[in-house]
Amino acid sequence: MSKRFVFYGVLIAFILIAPFILPDFKTQLATLWLMIIVAITWDMTGGQMGYNSLGNIFFYGTGMYVAAIIAIAIAFDVGEYTNAFSDTIYKFTDTQYFLGAALGVLGAGVFCALCALIIGYITFGLRGPYFAIGTLGVAIAGGELVSNWDWVGGGQGISLPVYPYDLEGGKVFFYFLFAGTGVAAFVFAKWLYSTRFGAALNAIRDDEEKAEAMGLHTMRYKLIAWSLSAFFVGIAGGISAFQLIHFEPLETAYQTINLGIFMVVCVLLGGKGTLWGPVVGAIVFHLFKEVTWNYFLGWQWVALGTLIVVTVVYFRDGIMGWLVRVRPEWFGIRVESREREATS
Amino acid sequence: MDQFLANISLLFEFPIVNLKIVIDGVMIGALFALSAYGLALVWGVMNVKNLAQGDFVIAGGYVAWWLANQGVHPLLGVPAAFVVLWILGWVIYKLVITRVIERDLFTSLLATFGIAIIIAQVLNLLFGSDTQSIALKYDTLYFMDGFIDVPIAKLLGVLMAAALATGVILFMKWSRMGQAIRATAQDARAARVLGINTEKVYAFTFSLNSAICGAAGAIVVMVWVIQPFYGITHSIRAFVIVTAAGLGNLPGVIAAGLGIGALEQYGAHIFGIGYQQAVAVLLLLIVLLIRLVQQKRVRKSLQ
Amino acid sequence: MSEIIQIQGVSKTFGGVVANNNVTLSVNKGDITGLIGPNGSGKTTLFNSIVGYHPIDSGSIQFEGREISRKSVQDIARMGLIRTFQQTRIYGKMNCVKNMLISLPHRKMSLLESFKQNSEQDFEKADRLLEFVGLYEKRYLNAGSLSFGQQKLLEFAMALMNEPTALLLDEPTAGINPTLINGLIDRLKRANSEFGITLFVIEHNMRVIMNLADRIYCLAHGELLAEGRPEEIQNNQKVIDAYLGEH
Repeated sequence: MSKRFVFYGVLIAFILIAPFILPDFKTQLATLWLMIIVAITWDMTGGQMGYNSLGNIFFYGTGMYVAAIIAIAIAFDVGEYTNAFSDTIYKFTDTQYFLGAALGVLGAGVFCALCALIIGYITFGLRGPYFAIGTLGVAIAGGELVSNWDWVGGGQGISLPVYPYDLEGGKVFFYFLFAGTGVAAFVFAKWLYSTRFGAALNAIRDDEEKAEAMGLHTMRYKLIAWSLSAFFVGIAGGISAFQLIHFEPLETAYQTINLGIFMVVCVLLGGKGTLWGPVVGAIVFHLFKEVTWNYFLGWQWVALGTLIVVTVVYFRDGIMGWLVRVRPEWFGIRVESREREATS
Repeated sequence: MDQFLANISLLFEFPIVNLKIVIDGVMIGALFALSAYGLALVWGVMNVKNLAQGDFVIAGGYVAWWLANQGVHPLLGVPAAFVVLWILGWVIYKLVITRVIERDLFTSLLATFGIAIIIAQVLNLLFGSDTQSIALKYDTLYFMDGFIDVPIAKLLGVLMAAALATGVILFMKWSRMGQAIRATAQDARAARVLGINTEKVYAFTFSLNSAICGAAGAIVVMVWVIQPFYGITHSIRAFVIVTAAGLGNLPGVIAAGLGIGALEQYGAHIFGIGYQQAVAVLLLLIVLLIRLVQQKRVRKSLQ
Repeated sequence: MSEIIQIQGVSKTFGGVVANNNVTLSVNKGDITGLIGPNGSGKTTLFNSIVGYHPIDSGSIQFEGREISRKSVQDIARMGLIRTFQQTRIYGKMNCVKNMLISLPHRKMSLLESFKQNSEQDFEKADRLLEFVGLYEKRYLNAGSLSFGQQKLLEFAMALMNEPTALLLDEPTAGINPTLINGLIDRLKRANSEFGITLFVIEHNMRVIMNLADRIYCLAHGELLAEGRPEEIQNNQKVIDAYLGEH
């Protein structure tokens, strides 16, 4: 028990001081937290519930737009603000900025959770590959529609104001926003998987028909799980909107083949259906991505595609799955304890 | 919005426009049907959902385009793309697909998605991200006082697609390999017990699919345009068609392919070319929804 | 005696094959009712129709006086009508205790309660029921590593964990070691008398069903052939012909 306290204590201490001892990597670390958030939340439905969504990026993009629109709407007229041909310069006061950010990010989370309920009600009738393709379709359609919607800036996207104080302070600010959300998502997932609800999700993953035959409220559980996961992704998207300052629909917000697929790869790399898998996977993936981005000029995408294929094909259980196999005792897996008790 | 309504009313004012759209759509749809047939083949035989389908099409297109730039006659690009993509499909099968066949479906989906990214990016690095096409120096036929124009090149494309499809169907029906493929599709274990080398059948099927897509792409580049990142839209179309038609339903695949082609042309007419991908994706969602309601009636889910 | 399941003129065809033709029968509350018949006589189809796996062509199925023939599997299960499968369905990658905990009656839980952790009582109940079916020693083993017979017992225990009003068992003794069958008959009877669960059992083993059931229905070629108390069925010439005619 005490060992565990030391472990978590050191971890939290590191999270708190990381941006100060690694000052050059503040933005990198914030992006890492973003990866961790989307990976953990993807695993809530993908790993724990067995519904492999390729469309969770929809909530990231929608979160960005919702947060930005709320923040703008507090101070100005949205249609005017996003008009590409207007010369007006819009200036946010500090209060407008922080109030807009707070309400925008929260609103993004809530709106995305509602979206998940509505979309899920339709798509959860689909199973296996149809669900994956259907959600991918939702994400692509979302991006296409938003990029043709002039009121929110169309293909140009939206520009938000810069963090009002100094630049470095801004980076720290966003680091802690992401880190806080990430820690919250992790703690929430850890708690969720220990409840009856978590067990029901596993039951749906392993044999949904049996779960139905046992009278579990499968549809309700699936909707709630996806909606909780969408809540965190929406919040992450909302924070990203303010961190990136400018974003546009297809490449940044609804980036189906970038972040949309990265989150899945993170989880597979770390180990599907485990608590720590998404976290470990996100860290390893992020490191890999940064290295390839810097050293494989031009070929980084090919390297990433190769990583996806290799992970999926050859490294199926992921890092945590491999650890469980090699060191089951670390994970408190009891196999024959009862029998040993009986014989002694 | 007004623009959309105006475009729709145009359809009613001048019914001839409908005919033009349908003819255009059917000519493109024939090519969609071709790659969808390949997808249905792979899906049915080895239960692999190939998301790289569209990228095979685009890769085949680039093979033909590159050859045409070297001075080879464009029509020869079709068999050339068939052969090159056959080899590519075989290599991909041996490296990746053979290891995901018996796994859960998401594995094959994601693995082929990774392959799709690799193909698209390599094409992008080799040929750049501009849209490309081959201009064929053939006449255009005019009907109905010039209202309907059918370029002979497009007509030629449809005929080649039809010839290829007929060839594949005859092959599946009469050759020993074709029979082995159909047997494996029904029950791989039984086929193995009866002495069919299913591994060989799988490799052959996947290469054949890839080759069909390649040939389709070589025709696409003559009648339409290609670009390294257009693959995903082609993949989605293939999924729409197969989902709408169901597996092992060849007439259904052809009909759905032609229908999707026509619907997409209508979408392009009403919403404008900027919505092309959106229309393809919306068609996917609509088809999924319809199939879902159908399955709900018999208390099944779509899986 | 009140009837808990009432089946009125149920017909079901698959394509051109008639699986059930105008079947009418009823299960009394608190009873053990048997359903026998040669292979392919439509027993499992009837079970599937009752629990809502497929829509029926015509007829009516009532559970506790409410029409259920148009309801979905989950809705019917949430009314307290649970079935086990002929080919067992358990969660093979989890251990037996976890299998049991998943089977807690979610229909009796509010949404808030489903977000709670399993209580001490839940664990005790799981242990007690695993002991009841004789799997206590194996409770931390992965369910998938159990033998087929043990998996059947586990599935039975899971069904009991769900506290059903009525339980439909599809061949509970198939694949179970003959020496254990007497124990199983005893457990089924105890489940019926101690937990007050109405049982509706498909069974091929005549000795089992004759010892177990209060009332037996016999299906042949999708139609109801005979009904009555075990000794009546045993001496019914039509039933004997139906079974012998198979050979």
